[in-house]
Amino acid sequence: MELTGAEIVVQSLHDEGVEFVFGYPGGAALHIYDAIYNHEHINHILTRHEQGATHAADGYSRSTGKTGVVLVTSGPGATNAVTGIATAYMDSIPMVVITGQVPTALIGYDSFQEADVVGITRPCVKHNFLVKNVNNLAETIKKAFHVAETGRPGPVLVDVPKDITAQKAHYHYPDDVTIRSYQPKIKGNDRQIKKGLEMLQAAKRPIIYVGGGAVLANAAEELTHFVRDTGLPITQTLMGLGAYPAPDSQFIGMLGMHGTYEANMAMHEADLIFAIGARFDDRVTGDLNKFAPSAKVVQIDIDPASIGKNRKADVPIVGDVKVVLTQMIEAAKQLPDYDPKQTEDWWKTIKQWQSLDSLGFELDDKLIKPQQVVKDLYEVTGGDAFVTSDVGQHQMWAAQYYHFKEPRKWINSGGLGTMGFGLPAAMGVQFGNPDADVACITGDGSILMCIQELATCLQYGMPVKVLCLNNRYLGMVRQWQEFFYERRYSHTYMDSLPDFVKLTESFGHVGMRVENPADVKGALQEAFALKDRLVFMDIVTDQSENVFPMIPSGAGHAEMTMRPDKLNSPKGAA
Amino acid sequence: MRRIISMLLENEPGELSRVAGLFSARAYNIESLTVAVTEDPTMSRLTLVTKGDDAHIEQILKQINKLIAVVKVVDLSANPHIERELILIKVIAKGNSQRDEIKRLVDIFEAEIIGVTDSTYTVQMTGDADQTDSFISAIQIAEIVELARSGVTGISRGKKGLKG
Repeated sequence: MELTGAEIVVQSLHDEGVEFVFGYPGGAALHIYDAIYNHEHINHILTRHEQGATHAADGYSRSTGKTGVVLVTSGPGATNAVTGIATAYMDSIPMVVITGQVPTALIGYDSFQEADVVGITRPCVKHNFLVKNVNNLAETIKKAFHVAETGRPGPVLVDVPKDITAQKAHYHYPDDVTIRSYQPKIKGNDRQIKKGLEMLQAAKRPIIYVGGGAVLANAAEELTHFVRDTGLPITQTLMGLGAYPAPDSQFIGMLGMHGTYEANMAMHEADLIFAIGARFDDRVTGDLNKFAPSAKVVQIDIDPASIGKNRKADVPIVGDVKVVLTQMIEAAKQLPDYDPKQTEDWWKTIKQWQSLDSLGFELDDKLIKPQQVVKDLYEVTGGDAFVTSDVGQHQMWAAQYYHFKEPRKWINSGGLGTMGFGLPAAMGVQFGNPDADVACITGDGSILMCIQELATCLQYGMPVKVLCLNNRYLGMVRQWQEFFYERRYSHTYMDSLPDFVKLTESFGHVGMRVENPADVKGALQEAFALKDRLVFMDIVTDQSENVFPMIPSGAGHAEMTMRPDKLNSPKGAA
Repeated sequence: MRRIISMLLENEPGELSRVAGLFSARAYNIESLTVAVTEDPTMSRLTLVTKGDDAHIEQILKQINKLIAVVKVVDLSANPHIERELILIKVIAKGNSQRDEIKRLVDIFEAEIIGVTDSTYTVQMTGDADQTDSFISAIQIAEIVELARSGVTGISRGKKGLKG
């Protein structure tokens, strides 16, 4: 069958089983958009900005486990997409981005809407391709999906010059491709697995430390089985939340900069850290020199480069988390049963730390506490909603107080920390999960970075519920300025915010303003009862609220700053 | 510690910049770099010299290995190996005594004069890093007009090749 390059792009996506393409047209992509117009099945979602398209594809991917697909034009279309691509790269999200490019003959001549997109994106993609021959187009797209989805997932970009999309070629979409230089290791080494298990059995103060890798590998079931069998304490990173059910008693909370007291103290005092799909990043470890001084490390990761990068691994295990955990569960049967008595003292110590209630906060009858909003959201949605967030204080409160029961329900930009992610991501989640409750917890700073996607939500009837925790500040930056810059609030006060209710209404949605603590729960119930409408809740919160506990940068896990009414008071905060 | 890292790379435009970009993005240093196509025209061999402790080099090797375009990578300096660099050096050579002295030095280092004018010699020399460095410092009895180094390349000793 002879097809044009443009038709090959669209037919390849269809044959790959792509449900949604998030994109925005433009000159170099016109042939492709024409092919979309003529295609019966392909479902293209027109976002209002290319950044929105990438975040939407990202949210779709994180919530469904399928690969997100983006289509944009050359030059500014592609550069606008870069933030979303980098966001997906940092969190290892499978994504295929197809960018139009100026015709081959014009490449390198500073042509209109030309940018070296392969060059610009090289450091923030898993791989990228420039297609120079229409005969390679279908295979290149197949390779892009293969690379994006296997091993440690990530975004892959395919740059297609306009003349290639006009040329014709025989169309055949391969079922499978092999790349000689790319064979990710899936199965763990049996000897290493045995060694890891033996170390776990010998440990007196072990802790299981789980990251986003467990979510990406769809390993929640195996993880839960493994953790329950051992009866050991488990902590999860921001990206790992939901891999193990948070309401379970073995879960001792998120760790890291805004982790619970018990999780960070347990890491600090542990004699064995059993890391599963987690990469010891700086927001988790604090000062590496002070991090977990007496712990040995067993580390399972599909990416060998993540093992031992920041902290030496005593037992490295390269492999897919799901496969390795299955091997471990099997191998554990050959070993003597785990004796829970061995960790009785350890659990006693942890329970003492827990009794501090480091996430406790005081309600106010006049000012809405942002933490309470998240707790109320949890109750109103039964803990079953998909929750996306932007970046800042609200993100941390969402992570701390919405106790995720399942993987892929918590959708946030953990690695890159991209403000503007929340709303388009929520939209992508809703596309992938049309009947689910989808909440976007955001702030008055972040929401304005991709507010234009409210128009997309209207066009496609995406009934996302936006909870804007409005404190008229860039709260997290303000918090740092309060603690570490003697309250010099440089450019963190938002003194001309729009009227969010009117703004939302002008986009054709329902707006609500909530100012009274007593009204929060009722307003949430009302909002979620509107099943087919997007509701934007402008929730006016206490401006002075800070995120606790906090490990100040450069400090260790045992040097947490607690709420002033807890152990000590934060440095610089009177 | 000085390391010689050698890799086989898909011979496609832009692949070299993935390796170079990785070094700059992660603030690793490259002291020299050579790249050319192999007997298999689909693959290039890239050899670079860098410095770092064991943990640093391990991370570099892992990151290079992650690049989809890299077929195989090895730290040549971790095992017995042969390294060679080609240098071309143009020096002022005026008058019989200076010309004789340079010629003697060239002979001692088993180098070769491959270009002659009435006032300069161009010398070619190959060797490992120690030999080339010593030659460059010795030849400075004459004024250096210019120096071109190919960068280090290398190959492992023994029967095995990088592909196997």
